[in-house]
Amino acid sequence: MAAARVRLPRPLILGGAILGVSMILAIFPSAFAPYDPIAFDYGALSQAPSLAHPFGTDNFGRDVLSRIIHAYRIDMQIAIFATVFAFVFGTIVGAVVGYVGGRTEALFGRLVDAIITFPFLVLVIAIVSVLGPGLINMYIAVSVVGWVFYARIIAAEIKVQKRLDYADAGRAMGYTHLRIIFRHLLPNAITPAVVYWMTDMALAILLGSSLGYLGLGAQPPAAEWGVQIADGKNFMTTAWWISVFPGIFIILTGLGFSLLGDGLAEVMRARK
Amino acid sequence: MKDAVLSVQKLTTRFQTPRGLLTAVDEVSFDVRPGEIFGLVGESGSGKSVTLRSLTRLLPTGASVDGVVLWQGRDLVGMPDAALRGVRGGQISMIFQEPMTALNPVLPIRVQITENLRAHTDLNAAARAARARELLDMVGIPDAARRLDEYPHQFSGGMRQRAMIAIALASNPRLLLADEPTTALDVTIQDQILNLLLDLRDELGMSVVFVTHDLGVVAATCDRMAVMYAGRIVETGTVAEVFRGPMHAYTRGLLGSIPRAGTERTPLLSIEGTPPGLAAIPDGCAFHPRCSFASDLCRASRPVLAAIGPDRAVACNHADAVRAAGSPAA
Amino acid sequence: MPLSEFIARRLLQLIPTLIFILIVVFVLVRLLPGDPTSAILGDRGTDADIDRINRQLGIDRSIPVQFWLFVKSVFTADLGNSIVLKRPVTELIVQRLPVTVALTALAALIALCLAVPLAFVAALRRDQLADNAIRGGFQIGLSMPVFYLGLILLTVFGAKLHWFPVGGYGETFLDRLYHLILPATTLALSLSAVLMRNLRAAIIGVVDAEYVSFARAKGLAPRLILIRHVLRNALISTVTLFGLSIGTLLGGAVITETVFAIPGAGRLMIDSIYGRDYPVVQGLTLALAVLVSITFLLTDLLQAWLDPRVAR
Repeated sequence: MAAARVRLPRPLILGGAILGVSMILAIFPSAFAPYDPIAFDYGALSQAPSLAHPFGTDNFGRDVLSRIIHAYRIDMQIAIFATVFAFVFGTIVGAVVGYVGGRTEALFGRLVDAIITFPFLVLVIAIVSVLGPGLINMYIAVSVVGWVFYARIIAAEIKVQKRLDYADAGRAMGYTHLRIIFRHLLPNAITPAVVYWMTDMALAILLGSSLGYLGLGAQPPAAEWGVQIADGKNFMTTAWWISVFPGIFIILTGLGFSLLGDGLAEVMRARK
Repeated sequence: MKDAVLSVQKLTTRFQTPRGLLTAVDEVSFDVRPGEIFGLVGESGSGKSVTLRSLTRLLPTGASVDGVVLWQGRDLVGMPDAALRGVRGGQISMIFQEPMTALNPVLPIRVQITENLRAHTDLNAAARAARARELLDMVGIPDAARRLDEYPHQFSGGMRQRAMIAIALASNPRLLLADEPTTALDVTIQDQILNLLLDLRDELGMSVVFVTHDLGVVAATCDRMAVMYAGRIVETGTVAEVFRGPMHAYTRGLLGSIPRAGTERTPLLSIEGTPPGLAAIPDGCAFHPRCSFASDLCRASRPVLAAIGPDRAVACNHADAVRAAGSPAA
Repeated sequence: MPLSEFIARRLLQLIPTLIFILIVVFVLVRLLPGDPTSAILGDRGTDADIDRINRQLGIDRSIPVQFWLFVKSVFTADLGNSIVLKRPVTELIVQRLPVTVALTALAALIALCLAVPLAFVAALRRDQLADNAIRGGFQIGLSMPVFYLGLILLTVFGAKLHWFPVGGYGETFLDRLYHLILPATTLALSLSAVLMRNLRAAIIGVVDAEYVSFARAKGLAPRLILIRHVLRNALISTVTLFGLSIGTLLGGAVITETVFAIPGAGRLMIDSIYGRDYPVVQGLTLALAVLVSITFLLTDLLQAWLDPRVAR
């Protein structure tokens, strides 16, 4: 086994590094942010980037850099909480449906197709509008719609695994279906879902910041990148730094997740 | 050779790989006469397919070709791309092993034939359509007019191979390069296709270079043959002579490993070991680690392909000893 | 089966889908908190109004009857009136939906013009500088939120350079096209990234295929091979992907319309959801669902035309 000397693919390392830093900033923002993110400073309104304020201040005098750092906490939370429930629930449902097959699967396929085709964002906004704006409602809304993507992936994989010999062996030994599904088939089927989860986290940040921009996600005065961009949208010509810098971090973090996902996919491919 | 229609001289093909420069075809030389079927034999990895593709420079990027390939007096190796495209398909055509992947799945057969005709002939649309029908008839596909508008997936395996032959012969090439055309087919279909190729050769007077690993096929169709090992030619001659009296240990080994029905049961001769990977070709004679006739001379210096008679050459230091040992196929 | 039969069959298949959509919309509205009548009337409604709506909806009748009344209202294009804007929903949809369609169509066109040539360059120069630069650029584009890109493009090309208008929609056809260019480009970026990635992989797969070798062996000109053999086969999977991306495209349209202040159906949807204008939400959902289904049909047909194996 050449496992010991496997060279990790570069995307994996790069993505891992970006995310590592992101997690640290998300967990310990105060250690790195020079200012209080919600403290107004009327003496320093809309100041251009300077040594004192590397990313400038916004129209309330808040330090943009500190808000960006504190936003890590919310946006990383979004990445995780908007996806993990969908991942777990979708995996379970997908595994069962894929195993059972037949009419159930056909029906499920139709349901999935119907949901997938509809604009995701519109669905989420609709649900959020019914529940009311806010982070937790956003998690609910995204999870309620997002689980089908995982279910579809897992169902397809389970369908393939189900036909392999070791599944027959399990049946021959009289294992219960549940045991076969979850202890035998699923560990082999779960990899594509994990890779998708990485991409999904990147998408979740995009979605979360979009909702934040529209006022339906994180609520001001909370520091969240989408909210920050919305804060600065009317000042683009006079104080561009308010909106431009937070956006860069959305891109950066999204890239981190994508790279991690690509790297994982490469590692899995090499293992085959 | 004087009347050769194709003369390959010291053809060498190298590939640039992450592991360095690999030589897939090493100073290969042979001639093909008009109207003859020339067999190029060897196991997988012997370089026979690459040799075939090197003749018309049909290689992926990163490959370099040296040597001389004389076709009707012109050297194909140095020919500019535009001129080479004129030769390909028009004068020298190629057919492949797996017709399902060699035919474009989204184009009807008619289009795949007529684009060959458009590229190499001056026929107008009506003449092209007529020729396409004629070709399908020629290769034995019934109901040609209807089948012209069908797609590859609507043909059975043998029919697909016939269609590919029809496409390749559209512009009346003088030379057909066949890369294991029957390997992927059932034995009965295989026979049909081989007979078709023989008939076409007789009708059209074209030459064929037939690449295969199957000596039975060689015995049934080829006039002359060359045996390849590790990218090099180790023996050439007429099929009858090589089968009767092989002069290279590898050829002998190959002949011995064909099961023959109807005779007394003797154990199959198998050659110990496996062919070397391109990155690990031994010094001296490439075959010496597996050769029972090998000596120190074989380990030290690489034998040259030497002519030992008209139409007969071998690259072995102990050719006489091998010949004396007799042929398992006699 | 001939293409005409295939088309007819797919059109027929559209009917159950449309019925399904009608059912879903019907159910969704009734799932909302509160009763449908106050949902439709809002807080302001005289008793007479309430009675009228109740009768119209058939509140006191059984569910199947209600559903039938609903379907009837859809086919007579009477989707009720907007609570907020006080105009017939149908009128609003007819006014705003074409705008979104124009925006989305233009974005799709731009995305294709970007994705196809760049995918070819990236595929044919695989792993070289051009390929890595193209892929890297698109990767960044994929990670960029639509509203952010829109804001930046609007500021740079609209407010600062004055090359394009700063949002809005314009009057004449050409003027509107002009107004749509910037938002369409914004919308096109992430779509073109997805398309390019898929097309590049497809081209790489095709270029290595045997039938391309065979085509080269026939001595065909490289350009002919590229277009007739490589592109046609590579597009097959990309067309499917394109169809699947419609949902994302429409979602992006919503945001783009907000950033660029374009009076399209997307913005109407958001405003209506905010303002609890349920008749509009219901009507728009219906219209969007139908639009998406038709797009699916079109991409299916396109795929069948490209790939004869599908229709069999």
